[in-house]
Amino acid sequence: MGVIETSGLTKQYPRVTALDHLDVTVGEGVTGLVGANGAGKSTLIKILLGLVPATSGSATVLGHDVATDGGRIRALVGYMPEHDCLPADVSASDLVVHMGQMSGLPYAAARERASDVLRHVGLAEERYRPIGGYSTGMKQRAKLAQALVHDPRLVLLDEPTNGLDPSSRDDMLALVRRIGREFGIAVLVTSHLLGELERVSDHVVVLDGGRLLRSSATTDFLHATGSLLIEVQGRPDADRLLGQALVDAGLVARPADGNLIEVEVRDETTPDVVRDLTVDLGLGLVRMQERHHRIEDVFREGGAGSVQPV
Amino acid sequence: MSSPSETTDTGTDAGEARTGVIHDLGYRPYGGPRLGEGPVAWSFFTTGLRNTYGLGRSARSKVLPMILLGLMLLPALILVGVLVQAKNILDLDEQIVAYSTYPLTTQLLISVFVASQAPALISRDLRFRTITLYLARPMRRSVYVLVRLASLTVATFVLIGAPLLLMYLGGLLADLPPGRETGRFLGAIVGAALLAACLAGLAALVAALTIRRGLAVTAVIVVLLVSYTVVSTIQGIAVGAEQEVVGEVAGLFSPYTLVNGLQVFLFDSPDATPTPPSSDAMGVLYVVATLLTVLGSIGGLMLRYRKVSP
Repeated sequence: MGVIETSGLTKQYPRVTALDHLDVTVGEGVTGLVGANGAGKSTLIKILLGLVPATSGSATVLGHDVATDGGRIRALVGYMPEHDCLPADVSASDLVVHMGQMSGLPYAAARERASDVLRHVGLAEERYRPIGGYSTGMKQRAKLAQALVHDPRLVLLDEPTNGLDPSSRDDMLALVRRIGREFGIAVLVTSHLLGELERVSDHVVVLDGGRLLRSSATTDFLHATGSLLIEVQGRPDADRLLGQALVDAGLVARPADGNLIEVEVRDETTPDVVRDLTVDLGLGLVRMQERHHRIEDVFREGGAGSVQPV
Repeated sequence: MSSPSETTDTGTDAGEARTGVIHDLGYRPYGGPRLGEGPVAWSFFTTGLRNTYGLGRSARSKVLPMILLGLMLLPALILVGVLVQAKNILDLDEQIVAYSTYPLTTQLLISVFVASQAPALISRDLRFRTITLYLARPMRRSVYVLVRLASLTVATFVLIGAPLLLMYLGGLLADLPPGRETGRFLGAIVGAALLAACLAGLAALVAALTIRRGLAVTAVIVVLLVSYTVVSTIQGIAVGAEQEVVGEVAGLFSPYTLVNGLQVFLFDSPDATPTPPSSDAMGVLYVVATLLTVLGSIGGLMLRYRKVSP
């Protein structure tokens, strides 16, 4: 059984349809929820927490119905909101302890758990300072810590990399992956940046305008395309020379980004042909690799043009 | 999902391999007890109560409530001192200032306390949107509102009741008739509780409607001080013009005169306003108005929080 299952889930606001007959199953591990701003990601999360009622359709989280069992679900789920939600005048340590108690942990256990999760998210001595003085990266870590303090079975992370610089973003993504793989907590992480989810998630769900565009394992998105990418050097027009030679040899070849040549693999001798032709032309073969899809290619095919690739 | 022990093992190995830090024990799942709705609400209540006196907050936020508590107790302490030392010289056989009069004498201090602490408790969660973190936990929305209000009410009750308790103990020490003193004291304590409920309810409602903290402080001060000043002015004029009924009706519009009138009617306390309710009908009106103030502000708060989006 899936961690999250929705069937025909619809949410209608007076002027917009945020979710439109959504059927999604989310399992263990890290699941990425991709979509442009306004695709319905945050609405879906709020419905899953039992905070916003669905217009029609149903959803279960960890086997509990969101319409009737919201309290049970919220005890088992951690939520990291997209927006700012931290009071400025308390320390991260006090806040996380308090939030642990609010999730039902006794005080002593809440303290121990808070100190554990703050260490995991990487907040050291600064955890004792008021949150008002934190950088965005530290605030995001504190937000993540409060979502983990009660050892949930599932965490819903809404845009955890929002507003972070590249290195903090890498740290956050590494943390997300650790939560899913090492901590054994199922993760649903949203983002409008595709490249991020490609790196951390086992499974990707793509939303577009409240509809399900695609749901499949990340590896399906990234399967080999059956062509080789080749980079040669030695002369300024090296790539064009080799490309012409490949076409003359009867292979399908075309220029690719960054002075690369893309060659379709006909049989197992294709790499040898490429190597021999390169040597014949007196060029240096820098690299030859299999070309993989990226998630954004799927998007281009799927027609969700408004999603920004990284 | 893997069993907890397996998770711990893999967590330990991977954690050490990844970071090489000797202290990294990996992720430890929580297997201890999880408390239900009641204990969680209790813990939320005590945290809120402590916070109104600045406990568990920054050193700066302790200053004002503690000074106010000190200032509230100081006159009572002096009165007790005089009563105990000079009872025979001055030929006293009752409290120098009646229990029910004390909150009116110190109304400025009480108003400042409520005005400064209601925003600290109520506006803060709305302004920083910390309320999202509470709503994403098992506690229901209505419980959140009631518990916040209870924390503020009890904090205010402690502020009003502490000097009364001091005076009562002083009175017993000075050999005032214990039966009569106990009766008066209990009446005054019921009055203090009702006054605290009225003040906290009104202040919480104003604080919930004005999210900015400075604005909320000002608004509560204005509502409480201006209403009291206007009411006592009208009562003064009404006595001068021999139109007591006008003054009695006016007394309904400030929590201080309202609750004092109720105490005069119900417990036969000495008058502290120029125009206490003189007829039974007016007395009943005071009781009804007090209940309406308390229930009305609870209802208003519920309506206000229904509109808070998670």
